[in-house]
Amino acid sequence: MPVVWIPALLRGLTGGRASVLAAGATVADVITSLEAQYPGLQARLTTDGQLRPELAVVVDGQTSPLKLRQPLAEASEVHFVVAISGGA
Amino acid sequence: MIHVQTTLNGEPVEFLCEPRQSLLEVLRETLGLTGAKEGCNNGNCGACNVLLDGALVNACLVLAGEVQGRTLTTIEGIAPAGGLHPLQRQFLEHAALQCGFCTPGFIVAAKALLDCTPQPTELEVRQWLAGNLCRCTGYDRIVRAVLAAAEEAQA
Amino acid sequence: MTTTAKPAQFKVLGSTPVRQDGVDKVTGRAQYGADIRLPGMLSGAVLRSPHAHARIKSIDTRAAEAYPGVRAVATARDLPDLESKVADLGEGSVNLRYQSSNLLARDKVLYFGHALAAVAAVNAHVAEAAAALIQVDYEILPPVLDVRQAMRPDAPILLEELRTDELGQKGEQPTNIAAHYLDETGDLEQGFREADLIVEREFTTAMVHQGYIEPHSATALVTADGQVTIWCSTQGAFGVREQTAEILRLPASKIRVIPMEIGGGFGGKIGVYLEPLAVLLSRKSGHRPVKLTMSRREVLAATGPTSGSSIKVKMGANRAGQITAAQATLIYEAGAYPGSPVGSAMGVIFAPYRLRNARVEGYDVVVNKPRTAAYRAPGGTNAAFASETVVDELAERLGLDPLAFRLQNGVQEGDRRVNGVAYKRIGLLEVLRAAQGSAHYQAPLAGPYRGRGVAAGYWGNYGGKSSASASVNADGTVSLLEGSVDIGGSRTALAMQLAETLGLPTESIRATVADTDAVGDTEGTYGSRTTFATGWAVYEVGQQLKAKLCERAARLWGVPADQVQYADGSFASGEQHLTLAELAAQLDRLGGPVVASAAVQPKNYGPGFAAHIVDVEVDPETGKVQVLRYTAVQDAGKAVYPNYVASQMQGGAAQGIGWALNEEYVYDAQGRLLNANWLDYRMPVSLDLPMIDTLIVEVPNPGHPFGVRGVGEVPIVPPAAAVANAIYRAVGVRMTELPMAPGRLVAALQAG
Repeated sequence: MPVVWIPALLRGLTGGRASVLAAGATVADVITSLEAQYPGLQARLTTDGQLRPELAVVVDGQTSPLKLRQPLAEASEVHFVVAISGGA
Repeated sequence: MIHVQTTLNGEPVEFLCEPRQSLLEVLRETLGLTGAKEGCNNGNCGACNVLLDGALVNACLVLAGEVQGRTLTTIEGIAPAGGLHPLQRQFLEHAALQCGFCTPGFIVAAKALLDCTPQPTELEVRQWLAGNLCRCTGYDRIVRAVLAAAEEAQA
Repeated sequence: MTTTAKPAQFKVLGSTPVRQDGVDKVTGRAQYGADIRLPGMLSGAVLRSPHAHARIKSIDTRAAEAYPGVRAVATARDLPDLESKVADLGEGSVNLRYQSSNLLARDKVLYFGHALAAVAAVNAHVAEAAAALIQVDYEILPPVLDVRQAMRPDAPILLEELRTDELGQKGEQPTNIAAHYLDETGDLEQGFREADLIVEREFTTAMVHQGYIEPHSATALVTADGQVTIWCSTQGAFGVREQTAEILRLPASKIRVIPMEIGGGFGGKIGVYLEPLAVLLSRKSGHRPVKLTMSRREVLAATGPTSGSSIKVKMGANRAGQITAAQATLIYEAGAYPGSPVGSAMGVIFAPYRLRNARVEGYDVVVNKPRTAAYRAPGGTNAAFASETVVDELAERLGLDPLAFRLQNGVQEGDRRVNGVAYKRIGLLEVLRAAQGSAHYQAPLAGPYRGRGVAAGYWGNYGGKSSASASVNADGTVSLLEGSVDIGGSRTALAMQLAETLGLPTESIRATVADTDAVGDTEGTYGSRTTFATGWAVYEVGQQLKAKLCERAARLWGVPADQVQYADGSFASGEQHLTLAELAAQLDRLGGPVVASAAVQPKNYGPGFAAHIVDVEVDPETGKVQVLRYTAVQDAGKAVYPNYVASQMQGGAAQGIGWALNEEYVYDAQGRLLNANWLDYRMPVSLDLPMIDTLIVEVPNPGHPFGVRGVGEVPIVPPAAAVANAIYRAVGVRMTELPMAPGRLVAALQAG
């Protein structure tokens, strides 16, 4: 089952847990499954059915452009991080 | 309007301009020579460097009317017919440009240096070019290119 | 000087051909934004606020409209109302309503220089004179110019609707704190209990500007059929199209953006300031082309400098030299609208170190200054100035060599960052060892008031979408169209990657930067992404070309395609051979032109690490710091175009040195910018710097076909800290404020 790392500001919703297991074939599924365990998480991670614009999702160490649609493997690791901005 | 006659890059040229117009503005807007750039319009960056009677000036600080009867060289006049000036070649060889915006000013300034000091030291190059701002390169390769051009001219 | 970790395994990558746009750039022929000339073109001017914070009670443009030679005037009334919609502009999101208000102020002006109106006239002088006649009735409000002041409960509020956002949870009260962020791992209290030495310091850094030499310029033409063409100096033509479409509520397909050559960007030419104004004016002037070019004063006062900041760092280490705990609080100025780079700064601050216990907190705070924009590794220089000087202090007080201390605690593949993400293959340790072994670090430094400082730096880099297409010419050369604006030699680095893929010399590939109608969607030239991501698109194009060409050779020889081998510009099957040039000459008889295109969105960008070494000499009477020697060491993955990689390292170091020693925005108490010119905003000149030596380390990025890592941004991260550490070793004071300008250094020496 994929491991989801919980952003520090949201650990109040997970009883302080920094990482939790959540079933799902995609990032969207995993968020739905997290919401069932810890109500309120979905509204913090998503808005209007999309990943919050200030967030990026990192799966197995790589930032995923597919965001919520990113497929997950059984042992995938999922992080929600602040989206970076770049210069040149 | 005033009527100005001058020698520009070896050719006789005449134009009309308002008394308040800078040489930089006339070069770019009236004469279509956009090689000299506006970086600051108050003499602090050297992007508009041209040679006026062989002396290095900021075209933004010269009134267009002042060039009456004088000789002007812009970046467009640096290269010999059909080729590149050693400075231009060395800038390319040494990768002495990134965005290239400051490059015309540097090349004109460096030419003025080599015209009066054919074998400058690194310090003399840095002192001479301290009126030209570059934000991309950190000046290292520019200085090396100028020194290489000086060496090439002596060989 | 460069070193590579492996012997050459590539035919083209790592060579140094003359760049393809080089002749145009050294002869003054290259056309930058302001160089464009179109028949009937008008010139524009922008009216800007003299106040830092004021309500706009009324704007009367009649005198400007009536001024002889004026053809159009635009204000915020001409901009469509936008909801508070957030557009995903790839690397960062932007609230479009705020961005629209930044272009032309609606009900409030929020910084000195905030644009209010734009005028198009027969020439720039007339436009400027007319703009000065526009009457604005202001209700002046008290300005907020400092983040600490802005965070107080009694502070004047800039944006009435703004509430503090904490990952989707909004605060109740009006505030200037736009966002609060937190990353945390382990047990911080326990970590500090385990420390034998704790260092805690507070830092302040000033707002600084990217300092590109070319001011912004945009020219727009709206023709009677509603088609919009924009010529501009920009880091990303597609970004300009998208922003202009959103702000003006136009279909993107009606907008063609043609990027001119660009005279520097560093992140400051990603967001639009002029393009939508030029479009409005063109439309209102009866479909004339309108050019808007900023003055240097406007660039400094009213584009997107980067945040000043207030940073607290506390770190603990044990006697064995292990860092046991690290904590930071970063407060960054967003400027007039939310969106400082505090989030990415949080990712930089402790990035080189293995930390079991850490807490990093960030605040994004609005103040009455221009809205900040990205500046090369946004947020990173400030953050590293704070953390790398504390790391230096820990090392020194533990009696450890500063590079050895960093090696001992340095991250490798598998180590986790404070936000929990594990590193993949990275080159920090290799970089630190190369720095230790460098001629510079080995050389003794003697003399009074001289000191040597080191600092490490990190940047995550970025992928993003890129497109390219190519066609094979009848003589066997290849024309490449790519969507990445060329700020520093990238079109040639891309030609080289296609050449490498096809086994051809670089001279056989002609690379062109294409406009938004001529190539697929491509994200801008920023984020240290171009050689990596657009390079990947080019690599895919090359693979497709090879496959198609092999099919044509197979057709010529009457053999199955899988019996054709291709290498280094030649095809072979059994005894038969053919060069690419010979095949290309016959393509019409073998099925027609051979073209290919590709679009990518690669994920496997690898972070870059750097270590910088600097020797300084301080004049204790004047506080002037002379940089004697500088070495920049950096992991480039694979240096495709090494001279230009080294040049990125040198340029970043120079900007960092300016940031460290002299550059800052100086505002008066009313919020007016006092030094909006290049005499008083002091950037390094040739006399301020020595030669900057570079050591390129190559720890290939396993996620890229050629091992490329982005290189452009990392080099600006370490310099300020390295210089501060050198100053400490020279004169024994730890500077905690940037810039470390002469007056401040003298005051610190006298106090200490």
